[in-house]
Amino acid sequence: MKNQQTKQNQIKKEPLLRLVKRDALSAKKIILIYAIAIVVSLLLSSVICSLFSSKNPLDFFASLFNGALGSSRRIWLLLQDTALLLGVAVALVPAFKMKFWNLGGNGQILVGCLAAVSCMFYLGGKLPDPLLILLMTVASIVAGAVWGVLPAIFKALFGTNESLFTLMLNYIATGLVSMFITIWVKSGSGVLEPIKFGNFPNLFGNKHLLTVLVFLILAVMMYIYLKYTKHGYEIAVVGDSPNTAKYIGIDVRKVIIRTMVISGALAGIVGLFLAGGIHHTISTASANNMGFTAIMATWLAAFNPLIMIGTCFFIIFISRGMVEVRGNFGFTNDSIANIVIGLVYFCVIACSFFITYHVVFRQGSAKNVKTDEKKGDK
Amino acid sequence: MTLFFVSAISIATVLLYGCVGEIITEKAGHLNLGIPGIMCIGTAGGCLGVSLYMGGLSSPAEDASWLLLVLISLLFSLVFAAALGGIYALLTVTLRCNQNITGLAITIFGSGATNFIMSFVDRTHFDFAGKLISSSLPFAERLGGFGRVVFGHGIFVYLAIAAAIICAIVLNKTRMGLHLRAVGESPATADAAGINVVLYKYVAIISGSAIAGFGGFYYIMDYIKGSWENAATIESFGWLAIALVIFVLWKPNIGILGAFLFGACYIVAFVIPNITPTQREIIKMLPYVVTIAVLILISIRKKREHQPPASLGLPYFREDR
Repeated sequence: MKNQQTKQNQIKKEPLLRLVKRDALSAKKIILIYAIAIVVSLLLSSVICSLFSSKNPLDFFASLFNGALGSSRRIWLLLQDTALLLGVAVALVPAFKMKFWNLGGNGQILVGCLAAVSCMFYLGGKLPDPLLILLMTVASIVAGAVWGVLPAIFKALFGTNESLFTLMLNYIATGLVSMFITIWVKSGSGVLEPIKFGNFPNLFGNKHLLTVLVFLILAVMMYIYLKYTKHGYEIAVVGDSPNTAKYIGIDVRKVIIRTMVISGALAGIVGLFLAGGIHHTISTASANNMGFTAIMATWLAAFNPLIMIGTCFFIIFISRGMVEVRGNFGFTNDSIANIVIGLVYFCVIACSFFITYHVVFRQGSAKNVKTDEKKGDK
Repeated sequence: MTLFFVSAISIATVLLYGCVGEIITEKAGHLNLGIPGIMCIGTAGGCLGVSLYMGGLSSPAEDASWLLLVLISLLFSLVFAAALGGIYALLTVTLRCNQNITGLAITIFGSGATNFIMSFVDRTHFDFAGKLISSSLPFAERLGGFGRVVFGHGIFVYLAIAAAIICAIVLNKTRMGLHLRAVGESPATADAAGINVVLYKYVAIISGSAIAGFGGFYYIMDYIKGSWENAATIESFGWLAIALVIFVLWKPNIGILGAFLFGACYIVAFVIPNITPTQREIIKMLPYVVTIAVLILISIRKKREHQPPASLGLPYFREDR
């Protein structure tokens, strides 16, 4: 009997820590939580970096800012890279809002880039440049859309797991690129020299401005599309609850397929800019893992295209700044940048927990419950 | 032909470790996209262990003991991989963060940290250590082609097969396996039945990560005999291992066969004589195409035992009902 009683008492005791889901936090508090996470992660990174070299943590921040903003060339590169990442993020965001886990950004960029480069390779010099650029644009948009819509069709018809499907398509895209390079480069060096045809014109004498403008405009358009159009509404409903969507007469299959066409096409445009505006060539590393990085950017921005401008800027700021840190701190390879970025991600991901939940400590009442019960037993 | 089989089995072993590790994790309902990073960090740990052990000996070439070398490197690899797996578990189980996002961050961090650690690790004795670790039974050479294919591998190959078989038995024949599968299918039901969901998830993720970590280490020490370039190759094996999990329908015992097929696909492009580079690239895409085909097939057939764990990728919060 006594045993049973103590057992019961133990069960009644509240756990020391308990989680409660929060109601929506104010924007101010959310920003504060993220800011704390970012500061903590950067402090942690600065300490780690200075542990492995003779420099002190303050140098870390100096190098970080200098690397990102040190000269007008660096600032333009920062803006250009931000714009490209923003482009990918804009491409992924409608899919994610629909809870369609498009992990295939890399592949969609690559096929877009491949389509543009093949236009440049086969038609360069035979067509006037404006016509060629038009063809490249169409080709890369179509290629990206096809790469995006393939998993969407199967998801819509059979419920095929899209995150694994898109992941595999990345590798097929990489394989296609290496395959075409073996066809194009007869020497077997595996490096395609930059092609002089079909290069984008400079805007006001600045070669980065066009990229920056295009993707900024696309981000604003995506914001409007998601927030103020019927399509945007349908995407949100399908993402939140496919059953609700069916019930109110939304054709879920159509929405999935249509959204992925848009998503893939936009990623293709990023590929187009890589081919025509920036590298003028292609390699298996052309996508620069932006498909994955952009997932972080969209997720951090809570799928809001305008906030994504900020998150993309932040991510590129860190990675460009780390180039300088690496040089100043005497690290031989660029792995330190990945470590720092990984740490920042961990801290930011972990802090999302504190936005959704809050921890309740056991209060003094636990003891009272016990004593009350004992009295009752008597 | 013998060489082809031996190489295919080697690649298969790398994939099998990753695959078995990922299966255990996915059975607990966690799609761990951090496996490539975890395989990298396991490599770094194992290599660190090897260099510490070899560096501590006065004359490494004579004093090195096979058993100690294997045990120490296994332990280091296990601790490193399990630690990174622990971070993933902490973020996704306790803090209920998004699994895809966390996994990608783990992969970025893991491959970066591996490149970083490896730039410090003393690799002078790696060549010798690699040969020692991959040394096979002495009579294998005398048994001809068949003997070399079956017995001519280092201990890590047999450990991988053992891990896959043990994993299959535990998952399907024991109460623990039943509970684990219940956690992956429906954590709320498992919780109601009195299963400690959080504990099962932690144990599954951490042990799965530890097993996956051996894969990368095996590749460096056994397959390329202690040379090191960067983490990118191991990372790509990691993604292939995730593909393999789907290909073998979340069954570790079929995983042995599937890994061999993938390994053969991977290696065949290098073995076939008189092949153009273009054809080679096409053959290298095969495993991914096949995986997509399998993915589509299982979603069309909708056979219940061939589906992914039902709550794969979803966080579990007890008060969400």
